[in-house]
Amino acid sequence: MSANQTLDQDKIRQLVERHGGSKSKLISILQDIQAVYHYLPAEALKTVSRLLKIPLIDIISVATFYRAFSLKPRGRHVATVCMGTACYVRGGPKILEEFERQLQIKKGDTSEDGEWSLESVACLGCCAIGPVVVIDGDYHAHTSIRKVGNILKKYRK
Amino acid sequence: MKRMKKIKTIAELKQIIEEQTLSRKNETAKVITVSSGTCGQARGSLKVIEALKKAIKAEGLEEKVKLRITGCHGFCEAEPNVIIYPDRIFYQKLTPADARAIIKETIQGGKIIEKLLYKDPQTGQKAVKEDEIPFYKKQKRIVLGDNVFVDPTSLLEYFSVGGFRSLIKAMVELTPDEIIQTVKESGLRGRGGAGFPTGVKWEATRRSHGDIKYVICNGDEGDPGAYMDRSVLEGNPFRVIEGMMIGGLAIGARESYIYVRDEYPLAVRHVTLAIDQLHKAGLLGKNILQTGIDFDIHIAKGAGAFVCGEETALIASIEGRVGEPRQRPPFPSIKGLWKKPTCINNVETWANIPLIIKNGADWFARTGTNGSKGTKIFSLVGKINNTGLVEVPMGITLKEIIYDIGGGIPEDKEFKAVQTGGPSGGCLPASLLDLPIDYESLTGAGSIMGSGGMIVMDEKTCMVDVAMYFLNFLRDESCGKCISCREGTQRMWEIVKDISEGKGKKGDLELLEELALATKEASMCGLGQTAANPVLSTLKYFRDEFEAHIFEKRCPAGVCKSLIRYVVIAEKCTGCQSCKKACPNQAIQGTLKDIHLIDQSKCIKCGACLEACQFEAIEAQREVAILVE
Repeated sequence: MSANQTLDQDKIRQLVERHGGSKSKLISILQDIQAVYHYLPAEALKTVSRLLKIPLIDIISVATFYRAFSLKPRGRHVATVCMGTACYVRGGPKILEEFERQLQIKKGDTSEDGEWSLESVACLGCCAIGPVVVIDGDYHAHTSIRKVGNILKKYRK
Repeated sequence: MKRMKKIKTIAELKQIIEEQTLSRKNETAKVITVSSGTCGQARGSLKVIEALKKAIKAEGLEEKVKLRITGCHGFCEAEPNVIIYPDRIFYQKLTPADARAIIKETIQGGKIIEKLLYKDPQTGQKAVKEDEIPFYKKQKRIVLGDNVFVDPTSLLEYFSVGGFRSLIKAMVELTPDEIIQTVKESGLRGRGGAGFPTGVKWEATRRSHGDIKYVICNGDEGDPGAYMDRSVLEGNPFRVIEGMMIGGLAIGARESYIYVRDEYPLAVRHVTLAIDQLHKAGLLGKNILQTGIDFDIHIAKGAGAFVCGEETALIASIEGRVGEPRQRPPFPSIKGLWKKPTCINNVETWANIPLIIKNGADWFARTGTNGSKGTKIFSLVGKINNTGLVEVPMGITLKEIIYDIGGGIPEDKEFKAVQTGGPSGGCLPASLLDLPIDYESLTGAGSIMGSGGMIVMDEKTCMVDVAMYFLNFLRDESCGKCISCREGTQRMWEIVKDISEGKGKKGDLELLEELALATKEASMCGLGQTAANPVLSTLKYFRDEFEAHIFEKRCPAGVCKSLIRYVVIAEKCTGCQSCKKACPNQAIQGTLKDIHLIDQSKCIKCGACLEACQFEAIEAQREVAILVE
């Protein structure tokens, strides 16, 4: 995969060193790597394993345990639909289905052209303004099935 | 803002707090306070702030008007909102276009702008001042109250409301044992869910052997529907930190962690800024104020795992491992982070500490019930008119919260249930509306206090669907260590899913109850032990709804897709074509002004037509096909 070949090993080394090369900082290190690449490239995990002297299997186990990490490359845009209780009773699942229809991908997947990833989250903690959708860090409040098309349009330029 | 110099002694700190409180008291400028937490920003507060800045500049009022950007004011329904001091004028649902009028008419002209006032949907009465709004009337905002007075990114602002006076008192006037005694006498119990007495926890950690001890702030607010900890961390991070410093002093800890969800970027930012400023001011680090006391705070960001709210899982996560809980005892107060004695308290608990130290245990214990003292913050959300964060005295009834503060259910629908305690809690029916809220009464009713989520459900909410939602959440979030929880939540979800799809059969409910009890009995941590609550409470209070799904293949609320079909009510349809345009699958036929028809073979039951129709001409009716099957 191309992302692996272009992976900047020095960058990974820097991120690990920023946390003092400490084993206990594994989660923070993975968070920093994901902030740069939007996912956890396999090559990066191998480098982390070597530098921290943690077996790769243990790193994969942490990376797959926590929902925030992705082992697959994510799209240029990430749409996250909140599935908290308050959003759920106000129609969150229907909003998610509408995103699936319009983006033609299922929850957890990325479109083939690499433009979109669709995800759900357990709760974003802005329950009063639900149903909430976050796209590329922008919060969209009080969404409805009918608003989905217009919301997506802004990012589809 | 002025650059903060390093504060070298307690006397210097006292002086700077005096200066700041005095300068606030003598403030002559009018202050426009803009609510700008995550919810406020999502509703456009940042643009309103820009517009206000521009308007202030255009009128040359920079000296006379101060703009204070604060955390959440609590009344999320009315975002973005501002409060104008000293008159406490409350303007709501603002757009950038309102900025000029606010400056010209209200600030310069002294006039109230009617259209920006809050109007009570029930009485139609307008409220000019914040405290005239029914939403605020019955609240007792001791923890959230300062949110409207401080810019959470400024230590000086925190000083100006008397911040860190409690720390000084704890350092100068009280011994560690006296601090613990005060917290014990106050009756404060953990605000994260289980309600363990805070002072007892502190004492156990203090008594534990070891030179190195830790305190941790649990900000892994994982309950969906609860967001008070986010609001406190965003809106008043210094208060939480002051509480932790007092705790560290009492327990004898020099290092501490704030564990905060990664899903809360603004909270992470404000806490980071606060810690940086405290380092620069010399209030964190080595030999604080030359007292010989060391104290430091680190931030650990969660990575999206609900189970990490459990204290032993949280510790594992800070140590960089998979967040699996472990068997207790030994409790963290004996063997916690890095196997050292550790005291973990929730954000709201820590935020209460400076108040208790400042005002005394008696003052705190005056509020609340026999077993539950003080106030509790609830996030009042779901099918409710006034959504927002409410802080109420313990012992208030559900009815007072939902009807007096929350303004009842929108669109005159009927109240069905209120869910408290998140996935560990339960759903309480209308017959329990007079229940006074405290730890014991909620547990007795089959729910729990939890971290304070309160999700209101109306007649259009299906309780089978709600039970399925929580089971799906729990089976997803179960760490998998105990088979009872891993398989129990999975099997319970499968059964409830079958019921919601019309595949339920006789004996399912009995099996569910058996599984629920087994999961409860055999699981190690709180997640599994309480996983049965959403099932058992819905079965207890809404059994008829389950039975309707199983025996009549009917969803009374019209929610479960397999059991309903959407139809057009001919008498009500005006032929406006709204539903036709909204339908994503072209399943609706009908020309303008003619009665429309839904083609059931094409309908995907998304509900877009129901949402689009202004005339209540679309109804979810019983799916008859399933009976034939």
